[in-house]
Amino acid sequence: MKEKSYKRSKQISNIIVHAVLAVLAFVWVFPVLWVVMTSFWAEKGSYVSTFFPKSFTLDNYIKLFTDTTLLNFPKMFLNTLIIAVFSCLLSTFLLLSVSYCLSRMKFKMRKPYMNMAMVLGLFPGFMSMIAVYFILKAVGLTEGNLIRVALVFCYSGGAAIGFQVAKGFFDTTPYAIDEAAMLDGCTRWQIFTKITLPLSKPIVIYTVLTSFISPWVDFIFAKVICRANADQYTVAIGLWRMLEKEYIDNWYTCFAAGAVLISIPIALLFLKMQKYYVNGTGGAVKG
Amino acid sequence: MTTKMLTLNAQAVQRDRIESLEVIQALRDGGPETKASALVMGLGNMVHKQVVKGLLFLAVEIAYIAFMIVSGFHNLAMLVTLGSVEQQEVWNEELQVFLYTKGDQSILLLLYGVATILLSLVMFWIWRGTVKSAYKAELCDKRGWHVNTFADDLQSLLDENLYRLLMTPSMFFIGILTILPLVFMICMAFTNYSKIGDHLVLFDWVGLANFATLFDGSSVLGGTFWSVLGWTLVWAFFATFTNYFAGMVLAIVINRKGTKAKGFWRFCFVISCAVPMFVSLLIMRTMLQPEGAVNVLLRSLGLIAPDASLPFFTNATWARVTVIVINIWVGVPYTLLQLTGVLQNIPADLYEAADIDGANKVQQFFKITLPYMLYVTTPYLIATFTGNVNNFNVIYLLSEGRPVTDLASTAGSTDLLVTWLYKLTIDKQYYNIGAVVGILTFIILAIGSLLTYRNSKSYKEEGGF
Repeated sequence: MKEKSYKRSKQISNIIVHAVLAVLAFVWVFPVLWVVMTSFWAEKGSYVSTFFPKSFTLDNYIKLFTDTTLLNFPKMFLNTLIIAVFSCLLSTFLLLSVSYCLSRMKFKMRKPYMNMAMVLGLFPGFMSMIAVYFILKAVGLTEGNLIRVALVFCYSGGAAIGFQVAKGFFDTTPYAIDEAAMLDGCTRWQIFTKITLPLSKPIVIYTVLTSFISPWVDFIFAKVICRANADQYTVAIGLWRMLEKEYIDNWYTCFAAGAVLISIPIALLFLKMQKYYVNGTGGAVKG
Repeated sequence: MTTKMLTLNAQAVQRDRIESLEVIQALRDGGPETKASALVMGLGNMVHKQVVKGLLFLAVEIAYIAFMIVSGFHNLAMLVTLGSVEQQEVWNEELQVFLYTKGDQSILLLLYGVATILLSLVMFWIWRGTVKSAYKAELCDKRGWHVNTFADDLQSLLDENLYRLLMTPSMFFIGILTILPLVFMICMAFTNYSKIGDHLVLFDWVGLANFATLFDGSSVLGGTFWSVLGWTLVWAFFATFTNYFAGMVLAIVINRKGTKAKGFWRFCFVISCAVPMFVSLLIMRTMLQPEGAVNVLLRSLGLIAPDASLPFFTNATWARVTVIVINIWVGVPYTLLQLTGVLQNIPADLYEAADIDGANKVQQFFKITLPYMLYVTTPYLIATFTGNVNNFNVIYLLSEGRPVTDLASTAGSTDLLVTWLYKLTIDKQYYNIGAVVGILTFIILAIGSLLTYRNSKSYKEEGGF
């Protein structure tokens, strides 16, 4: 008798839990679905009288790539792609090499460097943004195509400050492997490139992906450095501009289309690296 | 055989000792050539068979001296006054036009001055290295040990000195793109570089005057500062802990034994952080406008009057609650991802023991889960709190700090210190005040995180759980 009521109450609580989860899941999924829906919307403008669209169309996607007079989306896409590829290469190299040194080698500057990185991390990132702009301007990197170079430096220059995750990962590969390799006559460089990196594929992939994504989703740095140079805009500024007062009526549905387009690859990458995300951050705080 | 190995071993130990020499020691105990290389860099190396290395050092010194003579000393001198020559219009009789004479630009003078100081510090560091290197070469040469040739040195860059090769590019970028701008910005806080009083071209040092203005609660800027600071702390507290507990409860609920289709639920929540954050925030903003989708939905459901709309971003209190709630939407998936792993690490036998002792789920949560989580995730919580104080994206993209309740002030009611800083520098061009706000933000964060970290259990009893 008692067992039965216990089972019953368990069943009831299970039902409640699943119902609550369903409601919450709806709340979290709904805005995502809504963007996808908006991108196929035939009516223009953001202020709609009905909640569901009356008819669906692909015109928004076509307009995004063909109507280049006001906002040149294909060009922005190309800009961002170029910046993303180069800043990904540079910041992966910087981050992994610094993490390797901090994890595997003993030198005087090791501790001071780690403390410095922690202190620098406490400053608001774009407090120095305007100063970075002045510096890049003094070097002459804020005109024409050089803006791309400037943005690459901005996105990847400070990469090595965020060494913690990668260093934590390198720390977990046994040092005995390095010692064995050294006895066999490997140099440190060979150990780094031929042993440590292949053994740390997850963290390499994680670093590559995160640094590739950041130019696509950052718009503040891009905005401050591009200023009025519309031909150098990245996707993020473009999408942001589509929601400004003068564009929103004609471009709102195109904004949704653009958002869907850049979200799909990022979503795929994210789902792929989700397990690295958990592993990467979990490693450092395991009890 | 063994004796030879022993001597080699002893030599290795001594070589290690030489590696960790200090520059004072080198200057005191070194021979005349070592002492002279404090003036003529690389001389000691050249005397002791390291000609290429010595010449390189000498080249660096010559380059530095040349730079200092050409512009360095001028830069340093100008740092004192920050320039005083105004740009002037001169009537040119021949061309019949006004020509502009080149005036001083304080901002560039400040930048060059700061850059020169940093360069000199780097030079000092190189100088120390060369003196030590000269002494090392002298010792090795005198004891008849092998003195590294230039080729040896290059090869060691790939081996025991690999860190020099790999850390240098990063340090270069960090120096130019992080440290130099930061020092530069901190300097601005002590000047009157601002649109107030028209000091955008020429400005002067003003000492701590800007700090005094901000701390003075009766002035407009001071009043704004204290109210923005208060809201920033409230926001950071709520944003951190609502996310933390919501994410933890969600993770526990999904992880519990009875829940079916765990992967599916996790996927539902995680899919929302696959959309770039600025996109989802901009969408939220448009949905919550007076004529946006949410109000339309509420109207068509008959929950509010057909011409009414909820003041999500137009009423100060509503706006504050809205940004916190939306931050939960944005942040919980990340918290869920991060805490799931930690939760699974809690030893299962703790719960088994609690079950046998008759503790219910709520007791288990407060007695086992919560203490364990707080213990393990204190560093994570500090990082999140810091991140929230600096959370520019959520506020700027959602409300842009609006609504502005006090027209005289430069900040709206949802402005954080960082968004206010952004407005002050980019929109208003009050660079000096912006820099002060940045420094104060840093001080608050540094003190806060140091104190919490040192008082946390995970610091006091490392690895004690």
